[in-house]
Amino acid sequence: MPLDASDFGAIWLTLKLASLTTLLLLLLGTPVAWWLARTRSWWRGPVGALVALPLVLPPTVIGFYLLLALGPHGFIGKTTEALGLGTVVFSFSGLVIGSVIYSMPFVVQPLQNAFAAIGDRPLEVAATLRASPRDTFFSVVLPLARPGFVTASILGFAHTVGEFGVVLMIGGNIPDKTRVVSVQIFDHVEAMEYAQAHWLAGAMLVFSFLVLLALYGSRRGKSAWGAT
Amino acid sequence: MNAQIHARLKVARGDFTLDVDLDLPGQGVTALFGASGSGKTTCLRCLAGLERAADARIEVAGTVWQDSARGIFVPPHQRPIGYVFQEASLFSHLTVRDNLAFGYKRIDPALRRIHFEQACELLGIGHLLQRKATTLSGGERQRVGIARALLTSPSLLLMDEPLAALDAPRKREILPYLERLRDELRIPLIYVSHAQEEVARLADHLVLLEQGTVLASGPLNQTLARLDLPLARDEDAAVVLEGRTGAYDEVYQLLDVHLPDSALKLRIPHAPLAHGSALRIRIQARDISLSLAEDPRSSIINRLPVTLRALSDQGSPAQMLVSLDADGHPLLARVTRYSCDQLGLQPGQKLWAQIKGVALLGQ
Repeated sequence: MPLDASDFGAIWLTLKLASLTTLLLLLLGTPVAWWLARTRSWWRGPVGALVALPLVLPPTVIGFYLLLALGPHGFIGKTTEALGLGTVVFSFSGLVIGSVIYSMPFVVQPLQNAFAAIGDRPLEVAATLRASPRDTFFSVVLPLARPGFVTASILGFAHTVGEFGVVLMIGGNIPDKTRVVSVQIFDHVEAMEYAQAHWLAGAMLVFSFLVLLALYGSRRGKSAWGAT
Repeated sequence: MNAQIHARLKVARGDFTLDVDLDLPGQGVTALFGASGSGKTTCLRCLAGLERAADARIEVAGTVWQDSARGIFVPPHQRPIGYVFQEASLFSHLTVRDNLAFGYKRIDPALRRIHFEQACELLGIGHLLQRKATTLSGGERQRVGIARALLTSPSLLLMDEPLAALDAPRKREILPYLERLRDELRIPLIYVSHAQEEVARLADHLVLLEQGTVLASGPLNQTLARLDLPLARDEDAAVVLEGRTGAYDEVYQLLDVHLPDSALKLRIPHAPLAHGSALRIRIQARDISLSLAEDPRSSIINRLPVTLRALSDQGSPAQMLVSLDADGHPLLARVTRYSCDQLGLQPGQKLWAQIKGVALLGQ
């Protein structure tokens, strides 16, 4: 196998990034999805559209704005510098922030669909059985939305593995810090190292196919996006 | 538990308005009866706190559950209610046992008055405990739903058409369990229904709703016999009487049913029943005919002396509905206008009611 240490470094970094991003997205996306699924507020439309933006925007656009915001002259960058945290651009933290935003809709939307599919009734039943709203969320909503969580995790993870533009814009191309597999492939192709590019690209292809197979194959006749 | 239930509710939703002021007995079964869209389910949901009426005051057994004037609203999970939905709505991710335990384990053990085995026995579901909720039949699901509600040891049971989603055999399967519940547990039950049969079998108190307002609220037998209510206009208009079984005629297979606080009895072709057991009978208005004198030559064995209380034409050109008093018990008879004129029927008149059919409810 013609893969070298830098290739394995990129693979390891990619997996680390995707795992952390997925974890953060489940924590952040669950309340957002719950709110979107339940609220009757006027804000539902704008917030829903905002969360869905990464579906349609070129990743470079997201990366560009993030670079400006997180950079030393951006409003977030200034804050983090003032707090003594330095700037997060061109660091792993910056990649995580970018990935969380970029993959947000792939986690929020399946969760939102799963929550919406539960409907009001199980929540009402739980209330008449003395469960507080918080209790109900953990004892009824989460178990019933399990298929949605599986879908959200798989899509969030896989989509983060596949990102390129955002990473390149705010992460740059620093080995073992911000150079993920997709960037590594780009570098190999630039350097005419087609054999290594083939191995990595092929691995990505097989990985992505297997992930989607797991997702679509496991739910006979059901939408991969919706709940049960 | 003799806790009054008071509910004053005003709800306006689109073109539907509910405006009711109810004082209900804190014991026995109260039926909220009316056509769909009459607001009976909304009443029930407001009592449970599942819906929050903008202008409402709800007080149960001396405790205020909602008082919009003072900004009080006790959320549903803090109200001591048991709620049975039209569809059993069991949690699909749990087994029958875990469904039952869901409310039970959230009740302080010191406050549990109904225990796990007791509820399973009462509803006959002990053999289903290990099953997934999704594998049960409709009737089994609803029995589990009822047991699950009971296991919160509620002070007030609310049932929203618990039989409406079931076919006739399943209804017959569950009704006896509801009767047991009424007779064995002393929990007041508010029962929403649009089925006369269920109301006749279960209810002690009847609230009649129409388009968001209360047409009548009173004891079942008196309310059924009121000529001014749409119930009496119904083709199946009937009264329900409570009786106790007496002697049994082995030769003719006739069961005596004594009406309480009176010397009157009815004789009903039926299998023997334990002496002195309480039962309900229903007599339809169309099964009663009237005569000026007792006719011992009639084939009709149930002939009761009655006093005519009121007559109503109910908007029908040919038929009259007659309200009767049989030693304190209300009866309804439907006769032709022709007969009314021929017999010269008028209020206060002494008559004989010939009862052609008597239905034992729940046997």
